[in-house]
Amino acid sequence: MAIRVNLITGRTIQQGVSMEAGKEKPAYTTACGIIELDPADFKKLGAFRNTNVRVTSNYGSVIVKAVEATQGPHPGVAYIPMGPWANMIVNPNTYSTGMPTFKGTPVEVEVAKSEPVLGSLELVRKGCRGELA
Amino acid sequence: MTKTITDVVCPFCGTLCDDLEVVVSDDGKKLLEVYNACAIGAEKFLHSQAKDRITRPRMRQEDGSWKEISYDEAADYTARMLADAKKPLMYGWSSTNCEAQSVGSEIGEAVGAVMDNTATVCHGTSLIAVQDIGIPSCTLGEVKNRADRILFWGCNPAHAHPRHMSRYSIFPRGFFTGKGHTGRKVIVVDPRVTDTARVADVHLQIEQGHDYELLDALRVAFKGEQLPDVVAGIPKAKIYEVAETLKSGRFAIIFFGMGVTQSIGKNHNIDAAIAVTRDLNEYTKAAIMPMRGHYNVTGSGQVWGWQFGFPFAVDLSRGFARYNPGETTSNDLLRRDEVDAVFVLGSDPGAHFPFSSVRKIYDLPSVAVEPHETPTTEICKVHVPVAFVGVEVGGCAYRMDNVPIETRKVVDAPEGMMTDEEFLKSVLMRVREIKGV
Repeated sequence: MAIRVNLITGRTIQQGVSMEAGKEKPAYTTACGIIELDPADFKKLGAFRNTNVRVTSNYGSVIVKAVEATQGPHPGVAYIPMGPWANMIVNPNTYSTGMPTFKGTPVEVEVAKSEPVLGSLELVRKGCRGELA
Repeated sequence: MTKTITDVVCPFCGTLCDDLEVVVSDDGKKLLEVYNACAIGAEKFLHSQAKDRITRPRMRQEDGSWKEISYDEAADYTARMLADAKKPLMYGWSSTNCEAQSVGSEIGEAVGAVMDNTATVCHGTSLIAVQDIGIPSCTLGEVKNRADRILFWGCNPAHAHPRHMSRYSIFPRGFFTGKGHTGRKVIVVDPRVTDTARVADVHLQIEQGHDYELLDALRVAFKGEQLPDVVAGIPKAKIYEVAETLKSGRFAIIFFGMGVTQSIGKNHNIDAAIAVTRDLNEYTKAAIMPMRGHYNVTGSGQVWGWQFGFPFAVDLSRGFARYNPGETTSNDLLRRDEVDAVFVLGSDPGAHFPFSSVRKIYDLPSVAVEPHETPTTEICKVHVPVAFVGVEVGGCAYRMDNVPIETRKVVDAPEGMMTDEEFLKSVLMRVREIKGV
């Protein structure tokens, strides 16, 4: 079962702290390799909290861990902290402003229990080499 | 014995807190404790002490491994790469001091580069809006001492500028704001119930991407004209109430962030927000300020402003400064294959650019000047680690309200490490030798 939600990205304090502590460390993946979903959307998805999911947009696809919204409720809106995971799927079009459209990308979320969430360096390296599924 | 250094400036966000206390060892080589900083700022200071820190430049080998090289070799590679390129992109410039930015501009002029800073994915659209219709702004000191109506639009300082609320906007007791937060009305506009929204008096949970409509609705409400029943998911009664709250204040300040600059509408959202501020000045005093992210992204705009006349996306490839967002901005250039080398300093596009742009950097000759190990250093051909500005070297930085503040050095960098400015100067010298100028 897949659900469609509107994706926004941005800073969280955990993202900021783990970024300064080193983006190569597991804490950065814990802070940013996630998608925050509203309880109502979890119900529609039919998944437990902390399940790995595949998030797909017209621009790409990424595996992240689905967690319950920390700053909700926001049904229909999903949140991935800014970072390489979010940037795999955001709308890169700038519409002649120079600014990619980091907020407001329609995405599809589906359960992908057995697929791992990659670390930031590995994700970007594999993506650049075309080694991502 | 340890030493405590007071009045240290925090080099993380645009709030540039200047009241930190840092405890260092007697010989000034080790940083032991950080007081008064937020969680992110403290981590930034402490991470400079990491045991696994990379302290020498390194070059990527054919087999994918790294080989250590000297700073001279790194400067030579960088200078050759920039001099050989027809149109190199020199991106970043926000996590460094104005002195280094200025040397970077000289290199950019010498090699005909496109200079762009992190505003391009942050407040670039705000800068476009300011050029459209101007900006009635103020300093954070005025906010602290005068503002009694605080509006946060599409920003979440509880997470992104953690001490902003306690130092300037919500809680401090200022000259005319002696009652602190009890004398202020706080309004938050955000599609999520953010931690900032939780401390606000009013939260408008706007439908994501409908900021322009709600801003325009506020302008209508100021004039007492008719509104539709619901605008951007907000009932009209609530909009009239917020308009009245803003008008009844003695000094209103609007802070805005990525929620408006990165959502669809982009610079037009900011146009509308500035127009709201202008309209509000018919009834009371009002000002508006972007919540700048990097501690010295404002300084980068200032330096290029006085050197080239433009705050970001400056194309020097024709021998004079051109500026055309959408054409001379990093993501557009990368995605259209219009640059042939990438130099990154004080930023991490590998983590913070959409992946379609990141992939292009991977395919190009590239150098990253960066104290940390990041997704950018992972995909660049040469990584040059440098001293942390604001921790291991001082220099000028501009706060989000365009106030310059001199950052302080608190500890020595690991032995033999260069600063941004020193490395850039050696690159500039090599570029001049190669170009014969």
